[in-house]
Amino acid sequence: MHGLINRAVQSFVCATYGRERWLRATEAAELGFAEFEAMLVYDREKSYRLLDVVCDQLNRSRDEFLEDLGTYLVSHPNMEGLRRLLRFGGVTYVEFLQSLDDLADRVKLAVSDLELPALELLERSPTEFELRCHPGLDGYANVMIGILRAMADDYGALVILRHAGQRGGVDVISMVLVESAFAEGRHFDLGARN
Amino acid sequence: MMDLDQLGRMLETLCPMFTLVDQDGRILQVGPTLQKLRPDQPLVGSEFLEIFELVRPRTVTTLPALMATAGTKLHLKLHDEPRTALKGLVAPLPDDAGAVINLSFGISILDAVRDYALTSADFSGTDLAIELLYLVEAKSAAMEASRSLNLRLQGAMLAAEEQAYTDTLTGLKNRRAMDHILEHLVSTKSTFALMHLDLDFFKAVNDELGHAAGDYVLSQAARIMLEETRSDDTVARIGGDEFVLIFKSLSSRAQLERIANRLIGRLQKPMVFEGETCAISASIGTALTSQFLSPKPAEILHAADLALYEAKRNGRSCHRFYSEEARAPE
Repeated sequence: MHGLINRAVQSFVCATYGRERWLRATEAAELGFAEFEAMLVYDREKSYRLLDVVCDQLNRSRDEFLEDLGTYLVSHPNMEGLRRLLRFGGVTYVEFLQSLDDLADRVKLAVSDLELPALELLERSPTEFELRCHPGLDGYANVMIGILRAMADDYGALVILRHAGQRGGVDVISMVLVESAFAEGRHFDLGARN
Repeated sequence: MMDLDQLGRMLETLCPMFTLVDQDGRILQVGPTLQKLRPDQPLVGSEFLEIFELVRPRTVTTLPALMATAGTKLHLKLHDEPRTALKGLVAPLPDDAGAVINLSFGISILDAVRDYALTSADFSGTDLAIELLYLVEAKSAAMEASRSLNLRLQGAMLAAEEQAYTDTLTGLKNRRAMDHILEHLVSTKSTFALMHLDLDFFKAVNDELGHAAGDYVLSQAARIMLEETRSDDTVARIGGDEFVLIFKSLSSRAQLERIANRLIGRLQKPMVFEGETCAISASIGTALTSQFLSPKPAEILHAADLALYEAKRNGRSCHRFYSEEARAPE
């Protein structure tokens, strides 16, 4: 699994539960190291073993943990860079949702060996959407739920989201857009890169 | 036939950085994004060439010359600060009625979005500007991650190189380490003596008793050399059975002679490896920095080498100082 994904988990655990907790988990998972390198690729089995150990130690379900990870990736100040990259997807939340079809390709443009599963947005009505997460990365849909929720806050949109189960290996997230301009949302300045 | 107003409205949708100029070069209409570059100065009514300056082709300073560039890529700059660079293209209107001049940011877009607080809505839906900005940020982030990995790898490489200063068989310093130390001593103009020591009959031990015996002899010889030198002297194995010893701040020939003889004396004592007797000896050539006006590493090494050659020629198991006269006949 790509180091960036492992690094995201590491960053989330350290920022939310403390570095001690992270070190204990890497030890219990017998990784043989405590720091993931963002630009190296790791054995997938190792990453999932660590994930199980972390969830076990925190006494949380994997689904919940991954949803919180998704939220962290967008809303934590550590991750401002990532939030910005997602905001390039569109001016409104709906435009952002529509840009998810290209997410895997966009990611590849930036980091050529980072492969994310394909996403597909179906528009049932102007306010009802279905995001289909194709297989390839176990738990990706749960992370996406966290991301979609946090991005809704970021755009100031009010949405209701739920994991609508699996259909033929494809995870389905159903979304209802209650209001696209519910709150102010966070500012996005195109030129604010550092 | 479409009138200019209708044309202007179409252009506003398609090219938010267009200008429509009349036959005198006066701006009739301007796209909303272009106007955003000069929020306090209405561009409509101004002369195009008073607001924008042509950088390439530079000779264009009049309207007819500008019209003649139709279809070729123009490089422009705003006259006043901030002097954002722009690219442009002129498309003349029929019947010499003026022209549409479409402008865009080139690479200046990175500064422009900041300088003018542009948003996605300021770019046409078909413009790749937002994708470009996305890529710049994404690539910079990826590059930064790679850079920090490189820095850590570089640190690890330096640590590995540090280890590579050691001869793994004997634990002595190796040729690289010796070169390093020698270079340092010379550059700090230190006084020192350099011995080139060659084991005699080592090849015979290796050939007759095998490599294990040879390795044993080498490590015993290394131990002896370390025991006979001070802790801040350097003992390096620079080749199969060749060693260099560097004695810092030592210039007494008598003392060096004593050290050399002690070394030869001890190395001559037969060593026993798995019941077999290994008999070797050593020849040593010594050079002193005081023998040179401004010593260079290669010069000192060569001098010690010449002295070693003298020692060998004298029937081995002996020590010779480098003598300046001996160099002459060469």
